[in-house]
Amino acid sequence: MSAATTDKAGEHFPDQRPDRELTYAEALVEAIAELMKDDPDFFVIGSYVLGLGPMRALFDQVRREYPMRVLDPPTAEIGFTGFGIGAAMNGLHVMVDLSTASFIFEAFPQVANEAANASYMSGGRLAVPIVFHFLHGLRGGGAAQHSHSPQAMLWNTPGLQIIMPSSPADVRGLLPAAIKSGNPTVFVDHSKLMPIKGIVSVSPKEIPLGVAEIKRSGSDVTVVATSYSVQQALPACDELASEGIEIELVDPRTVVPLDRRTILDSVSKTGRLVIVDETHRSCGVASEIAAIVSEEILEALKVPIIRVTVPDVPVPFSPVLERELDTTPERIAAAVRTQMMRKQLSRP
Amino acid sequence: MLPNLGKTDLVELLRKMLLVRRWEERLIRLAEEGPSFGHYHVYVGQETIGIPALAALRPTDLIFPTHRNHGYLLGRGADPGRLLAEILGKETGLNKGKAGTLHASAPELGIPHTSAIVGGIVPIAAGAALAAQVKGSDQVSVALFGDGATEEGVTFEALNIASLWKVPVIFLCENNTEEALGAAAGGYPKSVTAANDLGNIARSVGVPAVVVDGTDSGAVFTAMKVAAERARASGGPTFVEARVVRWPGSNPLWPELIAGETELRYAWEPEAAPELLIRWYRNQDGLLRYLREMLSASLLEKDEAKEIDSEIIQHVEAAVRFARESAYPPPESAYLDVFARPSQ
Repeated sequence: MSAATTDKAGEHFPDQRPDRELTYAEALVEAIAELMKDDPDFFVIGSYVLGLGPMRALFDQVRREYPMRVLDPPTAEIGFTGFGIGAAMNGLHVMVDLSTASFIFEAFPQVANEAANASYMSGGRLAVPIVFHFLHGLRGGGAAQHSHSPQAMLWNTPGLQIIMPSSPADVRGLLPAAIKSGNPTVFVDHSKLMPIKGIVSVSPKEIPLGVAEIKRSGSDVTVVATSYSVQQALPACDELASEGIEIELVDPRTVVPLDRRTILDSVSKTGRLVIVDETHRSCGVASEIAAIVSEEILEALKVPIIRVTVPDVPVPFSPVLERELDTTPERIAAAVRTQMMRKQLSRP
Repeated sequence: MLPNLGKTDLVELLRKMLLVRRWEERLIRLAEEGPSFGHYHVYVGQETIGIPALAALRPTDLIFPTHRNHGYLLGRGADPGRLLAEILGKETGLNKGKAGTLHASAPELGIPHTSAIVGGIVPIAAGAALAAQVKGSDQVSVALFGDGATEEGVTFEALNIASLWKVPVIFLCENNTEEALGAAAGGYPKSVTAANDLGNIARSVGVPAVVVDGTDSGAVFTAMKVAAERARASGGPTFVEARVVRWPGSNPLWPELIAGETELRYAWEPEAAPELLIRWYRNQDGLLRYLREMLSASLLEKDEAKEIDSEIIQHVEAAVRFARESAYPPPESAYLDVFARPSQ
């Protein structure tokens, strides 16, 4: 895991080993293990960082190696979240794991009303280096109480950074950046990302917050997607490429801070925008991105924006019903085709 | 009973308590005069909890207050003018006018964060104790809250985790419910809880609990000393309930000087006090009790007390001038301090 080898004179040489393929879960655990190794003040409060799926055993290596710094709290979300915040105010670097995203509702007063406000209310004097981690979204059978994507609600709470990786390389680079940022940060993972494989550098670098990544370059339609929706958009990109439609797939990676420039530049180039995100439609992540593009570069849009989101109903249990609401590759491709077929907006 | 301290320290405690009393009384006058600075809470009548509690701790120990925070900020040495400026929303305020009366804090004085959400501060204070524990420091953290916070679930969760992890925290519950001392005789506290004895909530999860008369500065001091020593010796948390009868001026929705400012002579001539407050000043005001105890132990003369008082009144007037003359913050500063560290 070492980023570089060091000779006896203390000089650094680039690691010559080839990059590896890791699952998202492996990359996440590797990032946590590295933080544990490098930072004696780094603590994890919570037990199910990888969820309850088969990947969960990967986390046991961290637990075995650093038993004093992985704290298993009782089922008391508001209590242990508050503990994390207080510990962060007193010098620790804390990752509070809330497991399923819906459980953050049990801790909302501490996240939204304490951590998010603490710096501002102190006049900028108090840093709270804490990461709130959870697994959001449609996970297959989670139904109404275990499928939430609270990041839009949290985006409406100034004082929280919000990070939504979509690949093993991104989670590997973003988690250390989140912890080291020194600010309260919501780190949004998706349980369906956990088994996804991808290339991760053998000497991974931190990914700065607020820097989007163009996952595919294209000139016809900009698709902005977040978290697992990026993975759903990739097969849609392939399918549409075979139809001669070139998508530019933009992954903001963090919405607070948001790389507005990369989104606006892409839409200025393509003139068409589809936004894919698993928060519910109204006041969701897609709504805000649509509003920014409309306010900044309406004249660049050739056709109206389309949002592909989870509709405004609770998430049902039955696989057929859940799929009806999902931001599937089919829905994404259909939205892009609609964009290409629409008559261009006429302008005076 | 006075705290077990030497004369110099005891006089210093009196100074701090008088500063709190005079500063708060002046604040109520400022609120009456306007312009309004919003809803607020004063520490009048609880000085013999906070000031002796602070004296029982070390300066490196952390204090986490609530909406009723002025006494702790002043007690820890916050500048009275800057605290007042904060409450008036001025640039020179402790928190640059972003906190106000409800949320004022002073990280540099070991008061990192204040929460005006009932019970909100309790797990945070305990979490700060967790940090002290794992860093191996001998720091103690104090969660401050009123009886109302024992009605909140978050307080129970924090007590449970603190007990499981044996963190060095003191839960200092200032029970200022109207008839809290009456509750000691076996009745309900007036707060809306089915627990006859608030300490039982703590005891149910293995946190030892003690009750003290909050007007008895020595009892508060000793209870806090014992709790702090237990915490430093890895003995875990303690729940200290300090009971006072709420100052009648805090009974209305907004604080009122229902019988004017306190006069020190009420300590030795209780019959001189206004009818409305004669019982409170004679039996229930910890500050005047402290003064009487100082006088009867011959640690202070009446004239000395009056001299200290008039110095403090002048000090408070200087604070008022400072706060009034301070400028409001520039409007564009509203956009600053969202994040303590640069984001992006």
